[in-house]
Amino acid sequence: MTADISTIDPTLVGTTATRAERGRSRVPWRFLGGRVLFYAFTAWAAITINFFIPRLMKGDAVTAYMAQARGQIQPEAEKALRLMFGLDTSTSLWDQYLNYWGMLFRGDLGISISSGMAPVGDVIASALPWTLGLVGTATVLSFLVGTVLGAVIGWRRGGRLDVLIPITTFLGTVPYFWLGLIFIAVFSTLLGWFPAGHAYELGVEPGWNIDFISQVVSHAALPAITIVIASIGGWVLGMRNMMLTVLDEDYITVAQAKGLPDRRVLWRYAARNAVLPQIQSFALALGFIVGGTLVMEMVFSYPGIGLLLLNATNAKDYALMQGIFLVLVLAVLIANVLADIAYAILDPRVRETEA
Amino acid sequence: MTTPATATLLMTPAPTPPRKTFLRQLRASLAMFANAKSAAGLIILGIFILVAIFAPLIAPYDPTAQNLTETLEPPSWRHLLGTTHIGEDVFSQIVYGTRGVLVVGFLATIMATVVAILVGVTAGYLRGWKSESLSALSNVFLVLPALPLMIIIASQFQDPPLVLIAAVLGLTGWAWGARVLRAQTMSLRNRDFVQAARANGEPLYRIILVEMLPNLMAIIASSFVGTMTAAVLGLTTLAFIGVIPVSNLNWGTILFWAQQNSAFPDYWWWYVPAGLCIALLGVALALINFGIDEYVNPRLRSAGERARALRKKGMKAHSAVTAVRTGGEDTP
Repeated sequence: MTADISTIDPTLVGTTATRAERGRSRVPWRFLGGRVLFYAFTAWAAITINFFIPRLMKGDAVTAYMAQARGQIQPEAEKALRLMFGLDTSTSLWDQYLNYWGMLFRGDLGISISSGMAPVGDVIASALPWTLGLVGTATVLSFLVGTVLGAVIGWRRGGRLDVLIPITTFLGTVPYFWLGLIFIAVFSTLLGWFPAGHAYELGVEPGWNIDFISQVVSHAALPAITIVIASIGGWVLGMRNMMLTVLDEDYITVAQAKGLPDRRVLWRYAARNAVLPQIQSFALALGFIVGGTLVMEMVFSYPGIGLLLLNATNAKDYALMQGIFLVLVLAVLIANVLADIAYAILDPRVRETEA
Repeated sequence: MTTPATATLLMTPAPTPPRKTFLRQLRASLAMFANAKSAAGLIILGIFILVAIFAPLIAPYDPTAQNLTETLEPPSWRHLLGTTHIGEDVFSQIVYGTRGVLVVGFLATIMATVVAILVGVTAGYLRGWKSESLSALSNVFLVLPALPLMIIIASQFQDPPLVLIAAVLGLTGWAWGARVLRAQTMSLRNRDFVQAARANGEPLYRIILVEMLPNLMAIIASSFVGTMTAAVLGLTTLAFIGVIPVSNLNWGTILFWAQQNSAFPDYWWWYVPAGLCIALLGVALALINFGIDEYVNPRLRSAGERARALRKKGMKAHSAVTAVRTGGEDTP
């Protein structure tokens, strides 16, 4: 988007006012600085909540582990285990909290009891690329296709493309997991077009070779298609409604009266303004999409964060749950920061009132 | 028309106006539902509500009654939607499941929307640290991924009551509406008509209620529908994972049992109806939202109509100005 603005020939679109604006510093440092502080606070609050949630639950990791081991561990060892997990109940909550932060800064997220006492960081690191690859690609694809489709539908208002609105709405209201199950039943079990689950076949050795990569792509195709189909409706509808509102603005009439080509009015004038709420929705929807894919990974047995979290919940593996929470929270925060930057660059009104 | 204005005033009986205005106001406030889309959505929602209320009368069987002589039967007149692996009637389960979905869905959505309006509009109108701290509050709830949070809280209880599930869904669902409302209020605050109202010395509550709220209705409506859809999806997802116990019968529970007993893909009557019900309820809510949207924002309503009218005259909507100008040149 930034490149777009800078490459526009000012003699084509600019008035003296816009040229003067561009002449000043285009990067709103003060605004961004305020945002960074603000998100640091949000991160702190989220981490603190993340610290307290598992401690409010009945039982803890050590109790669960002791029960799992069925008396094979000496009761005296419990104290040592508690120290190891940072769950020493003999110290105060404040000390535990400080200890938790200390561990976070050392990059130590604890030990996962459900994954054979492996460090939580390693367990998450092995699952994260799968989720980022699948969810990231599918979400960005869904956003881009949906927004472009919505812009075109809004532009050709009253046309034949309006038929797509109820269809995408229906698909958007279907639960992700149900759509996934139906797709597995139809496209995998009945038709045999796609593999039914997992990220690759068991016999294949992971590595950078054609065989493995084609396996990964074919296994990710069905879950990715499901995510795109289930989530595209919101983008189409949101963009179309904003387009209808924007298209009645005077500057659109002026742009058309100037005799600008339709394509220019559509993308540079109407869509550029209508996309602002879309960018906000994108960051907002991420938490929701993460939740949806969490269940999707369970349905497809896809070895990502979602499946990991469900296993951790079932095994009462608190350290792993906390670690996953932290990763999810940070991911959504980073997405919000990026959306804010994009928004500030695209909408000077917000930048001016905020800074 | 020939009657003078003063005569009309005298002819009107004194006690009737308040009553009449109330009815008229009621009709006016319901006018947003007086279009085909909203009506269709409300009718579907109404049917679901009636089914939920009269579930014991509609359902032919006890939803959890086992009948081991009739297991996994396809749909027939005896069992409209077939039976499960232990001979439970799927249709009766769907009917009773409607109750669980609607009660929790409405409770959660009303809680979430009230909080969203209070926090969102206040945060959008105020400036400085007050606005920022309210925004920070909603952001904290926004960044906490809702579903894992719901799983953790719900799994703390052996048999979580409906109100608790609704509260958890509401707690994790208000932040979205609040943030969108804040953004729109911030944008409205700088518009001319709000500036004019402030310059006129209108009190704060009047600026918010009279000047801003009508312009926020579309977003409140879409946030209500979005929250309700999300609450229904969240509830059924939790039930599908198995976090909500079977005693809270809803459409997700049916899918949970179908998945657990490998109903996919052969026993379609077990898992297709429940998913379609969730989707149908979502479509109904979306239709209501479309209607409200088009009522509040006439541009949405008239855009399609105007474009179609133009097309009849052989003009394209998206090049309307050019078309009118050539028409003007032809007939000076």
